[in-house]
Amino acid sequence: MQHDPSRTSYYVGDEFYQSLVDSYADWQTDDSEITDPALRDTCRMLLDKEARLLDQNRLDDWLTLYVPECLYWVPATPHGGDPRTEIAVCFDDRRRIEDRIYRLQNEYAWSQRPLSRTARLITNVSAFSTKDPDTLMVRSTFLTNEFQAGDKRSYTGWYGHKLGFQNGGWKILVKQVNLIDCDQNLRNLSIIL
Amino acid sequence: MTPDDSFTSGITRPTGAQFDFNELIFEDRVHQSIYTEEAIFREEMRKVFGGVWVYLAHESQIPENDNFVASQLGLRPIIVVRDSTGRIRALYNRCTHRGSTVCRQQQGSAKSFVCPYHGWSYFNSGKISGVPWPDGYADDFSDPKYNLAQVPRVQSYRGFIFGTLNPDMPSLEDYLGGVKKPLDDWLDRHPGGKLSFCDANRLKFNGNWKLLYDNSADGYHVIFSHRSLLAMENRLNEADDEDKGMSYYKSSPDNAPFYVKVFENGHHYKDKRPAVDTSPGGLWAIEGPHPGMEHYEAIIRDKLGDKAGSVLDLASSEPVNINIFPNLHILGNHVQVSQPVSLTETDTTWWGTAVIDDKDELHGCVDAVNALRMRTQESFPNFGELDDLMNFEQIQAGLAGVEDEWVYMHRGLGIPDRIKRDTDGYLIGPPTDEVFLRETMQVYKRLMMNEPNLVIGREIEAAPD
Repeated sequence: MQHDPSRTSYYVGDEFYQSLVDSYADWQTDDSEITDPALRDTCRMLLDKEARLLDQNRLDDWLTLYVPECLYWVPATPHGGDPRTEIAVCFDDRRRIEDRIYRLQNEYAWSQRPLSRTARLITNVSAFSTKDPDTLMVRSTFLTNEFQAGDKRSYTGWYGHKLGFQNGGWKILVKQVNLIDCDQNLRNLSIIL
Repeated sequence: MTPDDSFTSGITRPTGAQFDFNELIFEDRVHQSIYTEEAIFREEMRKVFGGVWVYLAHESQIPENDNFVASQLGLRPIIVVRDSTGRIRALYNRCTHRGSTVCRQQQGSAKSFVCPYHGWSYFNSGKISGVPWPDGYADDFSDPKYNLAQVPRVQSYRGFIFGTLNPDMPSLEDYLGGVKKPLDDWLDRHPGGKLSFCDANRLKFNGNWKLLYDNSADGYHVIFSHRSLLAMENRLNEADDEDKGMSYYKSSPDNAPFYVKVFENGHHYKDKRPAVDTSPGGLWAIEGPHPGMEHYEAIIRDKLGDKAGSVLDLASSEPVNINIFPNLHILGNHVQVSQPVSLTETDTTWWGTAVIDDKDELHGCVDAVNALRMRTQESFPNFGELDDLMNFEQIQAGLAGVEDEWVYMHRGLGIPDRIKRDTDGYLIGPPTDEVFLRETMQVYKRLMMNEPNLVIGREIEAAPD
């Protein structure tokens, strides 16, 4: 690899943005839904594992589920929007995800002291094929319950995972988090959704 | 509260002096009750949010005639609309008939608003256009009392729309006074001196709205509240890299060359530019890491050569805090708006801004600048503001210990020669000084000790303000 995406961000450019916008447009079609239970179960296992690692606060292990040039994206508009011209709730490339993890592990991140406890539910998992046999799109519905500073709250919506088949297994290329209240004022969203 | 205290009818009545603000606000300290008393909050929604010019919306949110955007003036639901003749109005979102909101969308375009309950309809000027089966009424609805109520005074300053219900307020420009200069400077660093809004990081906290205003020019908290952010932004630095982000607050900021300045009417300004290199490319050099940074920097440098620095600076955070009382903050590239929700709940919306380059002053690089600028703007709301908001929530929690009555803001007070006046007569203090807070509290105290004369408009053709 020419550049280490943990240290520099060369991959987030016009081509990346265009491919992102294209791959998140009109992908949930009945024709492309995957009916093979084994493949769908593979996707479901990956999502379940991701939720478990996040609930266990194993953030470094969680990141190993992602390719090096990955994206964690929480749009601020219900349609996803175009991140080149719109602010997102979160738009983290590899380096910024590592920033986020670094900060969450820093004892002076007051919004996460004490650390939140979370319990995530993931359901309604549907996988969709793309033109590229080594790329899948997965839709799931999530409910993330959070206990933070004496208060219980929840986030809900649906995930759009873009998965790539690399080195004999499926990895996460992009995780899009569509909160049902993404365009509303949110209180202390400091956990990773 | 009795129904007579209600301000939501659009007609306000004094509640009588329940609190003596001479006993609550002193030069060095304020009483905890201004953050914890429901009755004081209710008075603020009239005497501050209504009594002074309050920021409502930005013109880039309603670029065309018939565009509207939802807003609030205090707790009053407001539709800010550019009516069919192009005039910007702030209509009460309240049907004259029985009180229902007539517009339930956040933003859009409409020539008229129709109440979903009984179908009364209004032009977007606020004038009533019709009611179903009018022959059931003895009157003909030509009386302006049936028009939507509206904020009688709405004025813009360089795209920022404000409204007040108080006919005794000076003009908006006079109200802004000295803070116009830093606002002008902030706008004028962009091509054409203008910007457009491009969605927002929307946050909220369980605390009183003043906790946010108290923080807005506070240089004392930075290295403590934002300790994790400062560490994060500098974690990848090489030995010869410049310190990133707000590192100029480290060690002894009071000996650094930046300052806080206090204007009239509760406005203030933290100018951090003297602490950084502002020659072309200087701001970019201290930006922390952001998605796409190296990619777009390489393209812009390749294209523009030695002109690249000033263009990259437009994707960088401008090191100023411009605070316009009571609810508007310009910082970095953000337009941050605070909105009281209740005594102990406040929304704070960090509008992102994009560069507009009609005349190609950026030599074809505007899209790259904006793609970078979106990402630089997402950083602070994600990694800085959340820690402040937690601290505000924890102030609100701490203030429940009501017998411990006082909140202190006397840093800098009584130290000879620490606070000076500039040639315009405005107070200037070192970056960590609480002089901005003391002065704002005196403005607040005067407002709270006087009952303003608040009025609403109904007359559609009233002379423009």
